[in-house]
Amino acid sequence: MMCRADQHPEPQDADAEKVADAAAFAALLEDGAEDLYENAPCGYLSTLMDGTIAKINTTLLHWLGLERDEVVGRMRFTDLLTVGGKLYHETHFAPLLSMQSEISGIALDLKQTGGGRIPVLVSSAVKHGTTGQPLMIRTTVFDARDRRAYEEELLRRREAAEEARRRAEADRTRLQEALAVLQQSLLPDTLPEVPGVRTAAHYHTASPDRLGGDFYDVFAIDGKRFGFFLGDVCGKGPQAAALTSLTRYTLRAAALHDPDPVSALTTLNRVLHERYTGSGDPRYCTAVYGTLEPDPGTGTLAVHLASGGHPPAVVLRADGTADFLPTPGGLLVGILPTARFTTATTVLGPGDTLLLYTDGLTEARTGQDRTGLYGDEALLAFLTAHAGRPPHSVIEALTGLLDSFGDGLDDDTALLAIGVPTADDPRTRNER
Amino acid sequence: MGIASRNHVTVTGNPQGRPVVLAHGFGCDQNMWRLTVPALADDHRVVLFDYVGSGRSDASAFSEERYSSLEGYARDVVEVCEALDLRDAVFVGHSVSAMTGVLAAAEAPERIGALVMVAPSPRYIDDEGYRGGFSAEDIDELLASLEANYLGWSAAMAPLIMGNADRPELGDELKNSFCATDPDMARVFARTTFLSDSRDDLKSVTVPTLVLECTQDVIAPREVGAFVHAAIHGSTLVTLDATGHCPHLSAPDATNRAITDFLASL
Repeated sequence: MMCRADQHPEPQDADAEKVADAAAFAALLEDGAEDLYENAPCGYLSTLMDGTIAKINTTLLHWLGLERDEVVGRMRFTDLLTVGGKLYHETHFAPLLSMQSEISGIALDLKQTGGGRIPVLVSSAVKHGTTGQPLMIRTTVFDARDRRAYEEELLRRREAAEEARRRAEADRTRLQEALAVLQQSLLPDTLPEVPGVRTAAHYHTASPDRLGGDFYDVFAIDGKRFGFFLGDVCGKGPQAAALTSLTRYTLRAAALHDPDPVSALTTLNRVLHERYTGSGDPRYCTAVYGTLEPDPGTGTLAVHLASGGHPPAVVLRADGTADFLPTPGGLLVGILPTARFTTATTVLGPGDTLLLYTDGLTEARTGQDRTGLYGDEALLAFLTAHAGRPPHSVIEALTGLLDSFGDGLDDDTALLAIGVPTADDPRTRNER
Repeated sequence: MGIASRNHVTVTGNPQGRPVVLAHGFGCDQNMWRLTVPALADDHRVVLFDYVGSGRSDASAFSEERYSSLEGYARDVVEVCEALDLRDAVFVGHSVSAMTGVLAAAEAPERIGALVMVAPSPRYIDDEGYRGGFSAEDIDELLASLEANYLGWSAAMAPLIMGNADRPELGDELKNSFCATDPDMARVFARTTFLSDSRDDLKSVTVPTLVLECTQDVIAPREVGAFVHAAIHGSTLVTLDATGHCPHLSAPDATNRAITDFLASL
């Protein structure tokens, strides 16, 4: 008979390994339920239904710094807790356990004999007897020191973030209030009453900080004439607002000095050029400036205007027609030391309306993919359909049009309509 | 908004019976009464509700100002009674709600004709000549403990998920949900509860009153039960052989018997 051991030494080693494994496994088996209970890496506790501690493991006693005979039969579960924990136990833990027969993952603090405390996570389940009556409460306690520290850090961070958010919100509100006041200073609250004339205006602001770059105004020059202007400064935001402010007050002052439209725009050109040349930040605007001179004898309104690079005004006639009032060739205001401006005149009769607008309107992007522009033609067609209507009604229709552009309207847009009322305008009758 | 939905009012029991209003205390919601309702339902119209800021009340109705005093919670009680046009109801209040009932009965005497106080305490903090069971520091510790516990995942998530109106079913799946409220609102209720002092209000009680206390109650010790009993003229004191602050859960039979005996005596 051959000696297999000689021929196959490996199996013998394998057997030896098996023996070693078996010994280790046997050692594990000797980690009996009792030892596991006593020295588990978590606390175990069993109490009567009234909370009296009937059984507690060594791990938990060690955490608490208590001896078994001090605890068993003498203390209740709540005696192990801090006062805050006791209250939480009575108001949340006990009711929930009673209603659900189990509860898990509740954060409580254990008191240690030395006066320290251990943050723990506690889970409990009620053991029921064969007839369903509750017999005892089994509780496991996990050391949660690291986790609680982490959670507290999270809470601190959350509070800090919340505080920062509140501050940012307050700053934002304050800034918005300041901007609103500033913006109001750039646009008239209400337009003045011009005898025998109706005016209406609308301003759409596209920028989130509400500081637009368009402007308009109507104001008295002398006993019989009124000035008006509407324009668009380059850029947006605070710098544009500063330019708007300078433009607006310059035009008003210039008009009082010399109401002639070309003269007023020339003054503005000089001021802007002087202010922004050499600043490294050349700025300019487009503008229409004009005068209104009502003729009480005929009931008409003479309009003289000049344009510096601004889209042409539209005249809507009482007979249902509408046409551009061309002002070709006028230069941008403020870009050159001297500039040529183009003039135009018209006379508005009852039911006629002059409309001034900024290019936010004609350059609104249209179509499904927002690639087309609204354009002059569409505008003229739209206005023709509203010709004969009074200024407020034209502005109302245009406001609806702007709304219909939705996100296709991404620029500020100013609208100013000036018209002569018809004889059946109720306010005209009142004036008689 | 209707009071019924604001306070998640539930009406059950015998519609012809004398109304009994069950008011939960600080911590959980009307589910606390689920072992009590069956004992009352045959003979009484049983009204349950959640205070605004607790349970399934409408959190949007919460105002820190209103609910920083027990009068605010008492307003909830009176408004629930008015909404259902309850008359001569028996008000059963647990813990701090017993005091809310005292205030509500004074405000709307025609609505509330009798009081049952379950583990009441008119003041939780010790005072000269009075033992409420807690020091002011203890209460601060409870408030800190509340904060800590709302970091426990289930408790912290429940209000968030319950606040998710698109997926209300999530709230149902969560355990512990009926004791989980918005931490900010719970903090207000905790302060109002544990810093209140209603001792003087007890003297105003003129309706028949049952005071239920437990033999072992960490929150409302026996001295407090005796104090309440002594302060309310003609009240009945019953000491339940029960441990803890919620005898209606831990000793429901004894609690129900005491309440039904009292109702029968009215």
